[in-house]
Amino acid sequence: MSNLINLHNGNNMRIVVVGNGMVGHHFVDQLIQENSADNGTQLDVLVLSAEPRLAYDRVHLSEYFSGKTPEELALTTPEYYQEHNIKFAVNAKVININKLAKSVTTEAGDVFEYDKLVLSTGSYPFVPPIPGNHQPHCLVYRTIEDLEEISASSAVSKVGVVVGGGLLGLEAANALKEAGLQTHVVEFAPQLMAVQVDNGGGRVLRSKIEALGVQVHTQKATQSIEAGETCRYKMCFADGEVLETDMILFSAGIRPQDALARDFDIAIGQRGGIVVNDQCLTSDPDIYAIGECALWNNFIFGLVAPGYTMARAAASHIIGGDVTFQGADMSTKLKLMGVEVGSIGDAHAKTEGALCYTYENQPLEVYKKIVVDSDQKKLLGAVLIGDTSDYDTLLQYALNDIELPEHPESLILPAGADAAPALGADALPDTATICSCHNVSKGDIIEAFDTGSCNLADIKSCTKASTGCGGCAALLKTVVDSELTKRGVEVKKDICEHFAYSRQEMFHLVKVGSIKTFDELVDKHGKGLGCEICKPVTASIFASVWNDFVLKPDHVSLQDTNDTYLGNMQKDGTYSVIPRIAGGEITPEKLIVLGQVAKDYKLYTKITGGQRIDLFGARVDQLPAIWQTLIDAGFETGHAYAKALRTVKSCVGNTWCRFGVQDSVGQAIELENRYKGLRAPHKIKFAVSGCTRECAEAQSKDIGIIATENGWNLYVCGNGGMKPRHGDLFATDLDTETLVKYIDRVLMFYVRTGDRLQRTSVWMENLEGGLEYLQKVVIEDSLGLGEELEAQMQNVVDTYQCEWKTAIENEQSRKRFRQFVNSEESDMNIVFVEEREQIRPATELEKELFIKSKSSQSHSSEPKDTELATELV
Amino acid sequence: MSTPNNWITVCSETDLVTNSGVCALLNKQQIALFKIKSANDEQIFAVSNWDPIGKANVLYRGLLGSVQNAKVIISPLYKQRYCLESGQCLDDDAIKLIVYPVRIEQNQVQLQLVD
Repeated sequence: MSNLINLHNGNNMRIVVVGNGMVGHHFVDQLIQENSADNGTQLDVLVLSAEPRLAYDRVHLSEYFSGKTPEELALTTPEYYQEHNIKFAVNAKVININKLAKSVTTEAGDVFEYDKLVLSTGSYPFVPPIPGNHQPHCLVYRTIEDLEEISASSAVSKVGVVVGGGLLGLEAANALKEAGLQTHVVEFAPQLMAVQVDNGGGRVLRSKIEALGVQVHTQKATQSIEAGETCRYKMCFADGEVLETDMILFSAGIRPQDALARDFDIAIGQRGGIVVNDQCLTSDPDIYAIGECALWNNFIFGLVAPGYTMARAAASHIIGGDVTFQGADMSTKLKLMGVEVGSIGDAHAKTEGALCYTYENQPLEVYKKIVVDSDQKKLLGAVLIGDTSDYDTLLQYALNDIELPEHPESLILPAGADAAPALGADALPDTATICSCHNVSKGDIIEAFDTGSCNLADIKSCTKASTGCGGCAALLKTVVDSELTKRGVEVKKDICEHFAYSRQEMFHLVKVGSIKTFDELVDKHGKGLGCEICKPVTASIFASVWNDFVLKPDHVSLQDTNDTYLGNMQKDGTYSVIPRIAGGEITPEKLIVLGQVAKDYKLYTKITGGQRIDLFGARVDQLPAIWQTLIDAGFETGHAYAKALRTVKSCVGNTWCRFGVQDSVGQAIELENRYKGLRAPHKIKFAVSGCTRECAEAQSKDIGIIATENGWNLYVCGNGGMKPRHGDLFATDLDTETLVKYIDRVLMFYVRTGDRLQRTSVWMENLEGGLEYLQKVVIEDSLGLGEELEAQMQNVVDTYQCEWKTAIENEQSRKRFRQFVNSEESDMNIVFVEEREQIRPATELEKELFIKSKSSQSHSSEPKDTELATELV
Repeated sequence: MSTPNNWITVCSETDLVTNSGVCALLNKQQIALFKIKSANDEQIFAVSNWDPIGKANVLYRGLLGSVQNAKVIISPLYKQRYCLESGQCLDDDAIKLIVYPVRIEQNQVQLQLVD
């Protein structure tokens, strides 16, 4: 029943790859590049994967729980393989290797011949032999299918335990926590991450992880898993203690998936793993092994970067190149549940004569240690917990044997008087590895510049640097910037032809020069009459700095039409009217006023995403009267037309909700009233949730606030919209006073430094130093700007005025809301038809028919109000 | 071809808004009027108010600006730029606004209609 499938195509070499994990795919990618190179070599490649899908990103697997789909985690697609003539089969587990016939057989009985066979079978999770470990809801964490099972189990569980406190175990714990479970980590060793982190670091790591609500149990040997009393199961430990849980996730290390090699007489190490040499060849001259299934120098490499190097070595050997695998650096930097952890080289100071320097900041829970040689000249290793900003510099010292400064401790002391400057890109040798995932050195980057790349994006697409785990992004930017500067390239940030400045620079010019009009600004720093870019930018800066009435004669010519007419212009030239409904709270009386206004003026009514009510279809000449009615009823402008604070969305909070822990509506109203009218580089949205269920979706907002038992957690720089981004957790358990102080500082810093039309999410992505830097500026006041930012915000708050109130009180500005200076007529081109019992703008065709029917009627009937051409529907 | 007699008064000079626009209705035609004032000169422009791309009567509500040396009005709907002297759309060669001769006479804004 076996079918021989012959792939032979003339003289092409046939390569069969078993396994399509990250490393297997990287190997295939190497061959694709070889095939597309113009050198006459052609390879017939067949990929056999036991999993039901092609390669995906296992490093970021836990993001499945924060909403990433399998498609987003995928590293390749069937289309990509087809396009490059890579044949592949999924659900195709190989069960037999015939070394003599040079063929493999799959479970389905298909036989494939090879010239070269590459085993990239990866590893499997080790499940300790504990009685009861095979019951339902006892799971592992390795594949997308595992995650689907975890997800299903989480849905019917309240408590979850991860067995294993290593790197993967903590990743898994994060996944359970994201799934909303009460999470425990059980570890056999006395500390977490015992491989990468020393005792002191382990202690700080534990404390930080416990502060996030994950309970850590160390020195616990599980003896059995039995039926529980309050939960599904009960774990019984050797010390007599028990832990009740609904589900158990084993993450107690990995074992090489070497069964196939073992069964067919390929050399295996004593403790498992397929033995390979520097070319990644096994004991059979036509069979290679790469990645976590391979044993090199008696060592299994459980990280992706060494696996990629193995893939390159094997590919190189097959096509006659000379790349070899020479072991790999196991240094690692990662974020576990938001806790930064870094480990470099000899973290445990096992080298003979090694000396350590340790810095610990208990209030901030930061721990840093460096290990140096006995001469204190070379860096051997490091441990960083809570702050990995020094990681890149330290790693370069360690990898390139760069001589340490006179006082090595300066490398880990906080930035201050005695701190050593970060190792600049110039100090790195050309051989320094910048991106270890794709093995890109500084020399490769310089070469890319020499062959025509001219910016960061070019360098990334040409060298692939920083496209793997992304951990080297900051370092890569430093190297690229330094190279650009050396080449005399100046990065232009001019906003338009009239001003050779960035928005941030213009902000500075206005503030320092006390400039209050556009004419003065152009006169001193620009040229021409301005445009749709620089004029609104200037208006926004003036509003942030001086907070004058936006329709003052000096400013009126600067505003985009939405700001000039204090409404959002719609496609037919009419406007929408959105009064402020702070926090989404509205009285029945006010609701009736809105309904009455909509009815009187025949406006289309819709609820917005920001918990307010949008009235569409108001003609420019109707706006003052509409707003007069609204203001008389106690409404004020909603700034829906402005690049300014829009709304603070809220859930109902503990006033009504059974689960709420704080008054989210009250907080939302306070905050909306404080920041309303604040002009910014782009619109700003807030939300306040009354508990961790997050019904207000605060994490998708520029400023998100989630109530806790002890106060408020602050998230910053989230976004829904075009490019969704979850907000970063900025600070936890704040009282209201501190919360407001931090928001003042964050927003004013954004207003000052953001680019034109840059939302906070993009601003954060581009902020050098990212979240950490912003935290330093705001929480630690590292720039000494804190009070100034607060004062500036207070000025905006104190000088707030409802623009619509000011506009209709002033005869001059009220006059602007006319369609014609010389006639009381309305714009005949504004025509509505009825749909679902409300108006909508007529289409071009509907308008033509309507205008024709009007002109055929008697001329005496003057058009009075907005016409309702309902007869056309 | 125009004689002093066919200048039509549409509004007072004080109805104009400096560095911004207003709209006049003349013989069923909507005409956008702009007054551009810089340090040493002041100019009045009159063009059709119809936005040929956005298909709405809104040009008077656009922003004024300059592209190199040309003075332009920028559509408030989709931001196309139109030269105020020639009416030419700078973002689409095929599109042009109607330009009306305009002047100030005894503090009154006067226009000539074109066919």
